[in-house]
Amino acid sequence: MKRLELMIGGALVGLVVAMALVSFVWTPFDPTAVLSAPPLQRPGWPHVLGTDGMGIDIASRLLVGARSALYVGVIAVGVAALVGVPLGLLTAQLPRAAAEVVLRATDIMYAFPALLLAILFASALGGSTETAMAAIGIASVPAFLRVTRAGAVTVLASDFVLAARSCGTSRPAITVRHVLPNVAPLIGVQASVSFALAILAEAALSYLGLGTPPTTPSWGRMLLDAQTFLFSDPLQAWWPGVAIAVAVLGFNLVGDGLRDFLDPRLAEVA
Amino acid sequence: MSALLEITDLTVAFGRRPPALRGVDLVVEDGQRLGLIGESGSGKTVTALAVMGLLPDTARVRGSIRLGGRELVGLRDKEMARLRGDLVSMIFQEPMTALDPTMRAGRQVAEAFRLHRGADAGRAREAVLAMLTAVGFTDAARLADSYPHQLSGGQRQRVMTAMALINSPRLVLCDEPTTALDVTVQATVLRVLDEVLDAEGAACLFISHDLAVVSQLCSDVAVMLEGAVVERGSAQQVFDAPAHAYTAGLVATSRLDLVVPGSRLPTVADHVGRARSRGPR
Repeated sequence: MKRLELMIGGALVGLVVAMALVSFVWTPFDPTAVLSAPPLQRPGWPHVLGTDGMGIDIASRLLVGARSALYVGVIAVGVAALVGVPLGLLTAQLPRAAAEVVLRATDIMYAFPALLLAILFASALGGSTETAMAAIGIASVPAFLRVTRAGAVTVLASDFVLAARSCGTSRPAITVRHVLPNVAPLIGVQASVSFALAILAEAALSYLGLGTPPTTPSWGRMLLDAQTFLFSDPLQAWWPGVAIAVAVLGFNLVGDGLRDFLDPRLAEVA
Repeated sequence: MSALLEITDLTVAFGRRPPALRGVDLVVEDGQRLGLIGESGSGKTVTALAVMGLLPDTARVRGSIRLGGRELVGLRDKEMARLRGDLVSMIFQEPMTALDPTMRAGRQVAEAFRLHRGADAGRAREAVLAMLTAVGFTDAARLADSYPHQLSGGQRQRVMTAMALINSPRLVLCDEPTTALDVTVQATVLRVLDEVLDAEGAACLFISHDLAVVSQLCSDVAVMLEGAVVERGSAQQVFDAPAHAYTAGLVATSRLDLVVPGSRLPTVADHVGRARSRGPR
């Protein structure tokens, strides 16, 4: 059952990745050429999914949009992991008082909505893919920090860490060689879940006009463009909506599946 | 023989609880094998961890631990780390959890070797394979490439032994290394331990509550009770003519073959009329 979840998730994620990869070498039409075809065409031939209000081929735009979604996801999750994981490993070994300071600080960050942070960034620095990625990344740091710290605390209390210390291994070496590999699965699960959130946040920011600029195709931007025709031509909003849902569902399923796969005790209870 | 390990009036306390060790005095000569026996909570493991400098940060340590003429109490962790695994090493009780599940067995042994010998990977591998052969593995190469979950409890404990002995330490602390193993495997591990200790000429502080195991491996015995050493002497002397009432109780309870069938089994409390001030553990 859990394996099925992981497989479906993997297939959905694979689909999105394939879309992005294909877009690098081939798209049916130019995804940025305005009014190269009549606007608001229904799905048919040669425009498989139709054209949008500016006469751009929707299928082409969707393909390139997958690129933006993954790009933002990879960078945002990367930033969050690069900051959160070392901090988590560090706070697991700090004296309690010092660790508390870091943890309470991240609690405050955690309480601050990612979207609000992104809007703040966008209004201060101007909306762009980079500010969106930075905001989403920073907002995801606490999750990585907490997950890593929780795992590291458990690992540090284990017998094999004591055994490694009894061989003379220093604390930094233990952290890198013994703690990190043992918490890596937890980090993987968190990365997968954070990826889904990042894609959703990127779509939301682009929809609000605070993320990816209009010249670069993105799913959130497509939703914004489709809004005008929501009642006359609802299919316009349907396509990017489905794409976002597929990507988010895929990464969430992979995250859940991985977690259950890696923790047999959870699977038995569920 | 000179004293390799000399513990004098060692007191260890955690938080506000009564001290775990209350003035322990213990001497291990060079090459000597000393069995440290006593019940759970008597302070055997705390003594070993104190020697290794591996007590948690919350522990307050007073007294003196001299190893090879060097004072260990108050030594900075960085300097202590240099001695750990080199001059003194430790074998732990739980083979199932004392190896890192994400690391191949050979690499864990090699880590201990390279840390102190600074050898390159090739030479380390040679040394590791030689050591694994010494602890009784006929297919050392395959074993070195195995992950801990692919090994049995006895195999893991022998890997631990290899880790502890690869740098030819002068003192090996064994914290109930066979307690978690079944009897037949216990015999193998003890035989291997006996052989490698002999080969390296290392002294050993062997912690156990199993008198049979201790008498098999150790020439001398110290008995711990409630955080203090109450009796010590040669194994023969302690087991045959225990001076302390508690030791007499321990010896009596371990000789069930002397009990007349149908009569009540002896307990330690028959010999010691001590008030159980501590709660159950």
